[in-house]
Amino acid sequence: MLDKFVYIIFGLSILSAIGVVAFRNLFYSALSLVAALFLAAVLYICLQAEFIAIVQILVYIGAVMTLIIFAIMLTARINDKTIRASNQQRVVSLIALVVFGVFLVGQICKAQWPQVTGVNAMVPIGRLGELLVGHFVLPFEAISAILTVALIGAIVIARNK
Amino acid sequence: MDQLFVSLTGKVQEILASILPDFLDFLAPIALPLLGILLFAPFVMMYLTWLERKLVARIQNRIGPNRVGPFGLLQPIADGIKMLTKEDVIPEGADRFMHFLAPAVIVAPAMLTWAVLPFGRNMIAADIAVGVLYFIAISGLAEIAIFIAGWGSNNKFSLLGAMRSIAQMLSYEIPMVLSVAVVVMMVGSLSTSAIVEAQSGWGGFNWFIFRPWGLVGFVIFFLAGAAETNRTPFDLAEAESEIVAGFHTEYSGMKFALFFMAEFISVFSICALASTLFLGGWQGPFLPSWAWFFLKTYTLIGVLMWFRGTFPRLRVDQLLGFAWKGLLPMAFVNILSMGLWEFVPRPWNYVVSTSLLVIAFFLIVYGNSSDLAKKRTYVLAD
Repeated sequence: MLDKFVYIIFGLSILSAIGVVAFRNLFYSALSLVAALFLAAVLYICLQAEFIAIVQILVYIGAVMTLIIFAIMLTARINDKTIRASNQQRVVSLIALVVFGVFLVGQICKAQWPQVTGVNAMVPIGRLGELLVGHFVLPFEAISAILTVALIGAIVIARNK
Repeated sequence: MDQLFVSLTGKVQEILASILPDFLDFLAPIALPLLGILLFAPFVMMYLTWLERKLVARIQNRIGPNRVGPFGLLQPIADGIKMLTKEDVIPEGADRFMHFLAPAVIVAPAMLTWAVLPFGRNMIAADIAVGVLYFIAISGLAEIAIFIAGWGSNNKFSLLGAMRSIAQMLSYEIPMVLSVAVVVMMVGSLSTSAIVEAQSGWGGFNWFIFRPWGLVGFVIFFLAGAAETNRTPFDLAEAESEIVAGFHTEYSGMKFALFFMAEFISVFSICALASTLFLGGWQGPFLPSWAWFFLKTYTLIGVLMWFRGTFPRLRVDQLLGFAWKGLLPMAFVNILSMGLWEFVPRPWNYVVSTSLLVIAFFLIVYGNSSDLAKKRTYVLAD
C-alpha cells in the first residue's frame, strides 16, 4: 500500500521538477518548485522522518520559496504573459549537472546502507537535538558561522549600491 | 461530561466498525476527527463573522445584524446563500487557472492547522511529536496562496496587497517563532498536548502566562499572531483606504467568501494556539476541559475584535519597524530571562527575570524613541 503510494509521489515530484525548467512563465516555474519541495516533504513523512518533513516545509516553502517569488514579483513586466526565463549558461550547467550526477550515483552505489528492521524507524527529536549540540557540534557551529557571514556580506553588498 | 465528545467519537467508531468491511477499518479513526474539523471549521467561521459584526457594532454604538432570525443569528446562513448566488467574475487579463487556484489553496492550510489543536482532554486530531512546528510551517503556506491570488488577478492593487502581506508575514514570523521557543524550551517537547500537560496543577491555574517570561511571550505571540492573520491594526494587506481590498480585490461571490473563511479560521487557530501555549489550553477547574478551551479562545478572539474596533491602521514603516526593532529584541531577551528563571534559585528567579524584562522593555522603548509618535499640539484647537 505505502510502496505504491511512494511511487506515485516519486512520479509527481519528477513531473513538477521538470515543470520548474520547462514552464515558459517564471511564476509557474516557481510554483512547480513549491510542489516539488512539498512532495519531497511527503516522501520524508513516508520515511517516518516527520521532523525533517516539517522543517522542509518551514524552511524551503515558508522562507526560501517566498523570497524567490518575492524577487520574481519585483521584476519588471511581471504581468507580461510571454515573459521568458533566459537560459544563457546551458553548456556550463550541463557540465556541472553531469559531474554532480556521476558523483551522486557513485556515492549512492558505494554507500553501506544501514538496514532498519521493524516498523518504527523514527528518531525522537530530543535525541536529534542532543546529537546536534553534542557529537555534531563542530559542523553545527560552522554552518551557523557561514550563515552569519553570508548575512553580513549581503548587507555590506546591498549598502554599497 | 468532560469526555462527552471523546466517548461520542468512540460510539460512532464502534458503529462504523460493525458496518464497514475489514480492510477499511483503519480509515475510521483517521476520517472521524477529519470530518469533525471539516464540518466544524465553516460553522465556527460563520458565527465569527456574526460575532465580529455584533461586537464592532456595539463599539460603534450600533445594533448590528438583527433582521434574520433572533439576534440576527441566521444572518451568516443568509450571507452564505447570497455569496453562492452572486456572479463569479474573472477579470479579462487574469490567469484563469491561478485565479481559481488561490481561494482553494488558502483555505487548506488554515484548516490543516486545526489537526494539532488540543480542543480538550484527549480531543486532538493528530497528536504528533512536532505539533507546534507543524502549526507554524503549515500556517506559513498561506503566503504562497496570497501570492497566487495577487499575481493571478493581474491587478496592481492585488499585487501590491500581496507584496505587503508577504513582507508583513515574513517579518512577524520571526518574533512569533522566538516567543514559542520559550515554551518549547521550558516543556522540552514540541507536542501541543505535552505543553498543555506541563501546565497542570495549582488547581488548574498553573498557566505559563503567570511567569514573567510567559507574560512577555504571550504578548509577543498574540501581537505577532494578529499580524500573521492580517487583522487590524496590522491589516495593511487589505487596507481599504489605500489599495481597495489588497490581494482579494478581484474576487467575488464564494471565492471572496473563501478568503474570509481562511482569515477567520486562522484567527481562531492563532487564538487557540495562544491559549494552548500560554493560557493552559484546556486546563481549568469545575468546567469540562473543552469548555475551558473555547472560553479562553473566544476571549482572545474578543480581544482581537476589540482591537479592530478601537485601533487605527499602522503605516508600513511603523509595522515593519515594530516587528524588527520592537518585538524581535524583546523576544531574544525573553529567552534569556526564561533561562535565568529556570536556573536561579526559587524566590529570586522572579525578581531577576522580571527586572531583566522591565529594563529591556524600557531600553527598547528608549532606543526607538525617534520613531515614537510625538505629542501633537493643536494650535487652532482652543
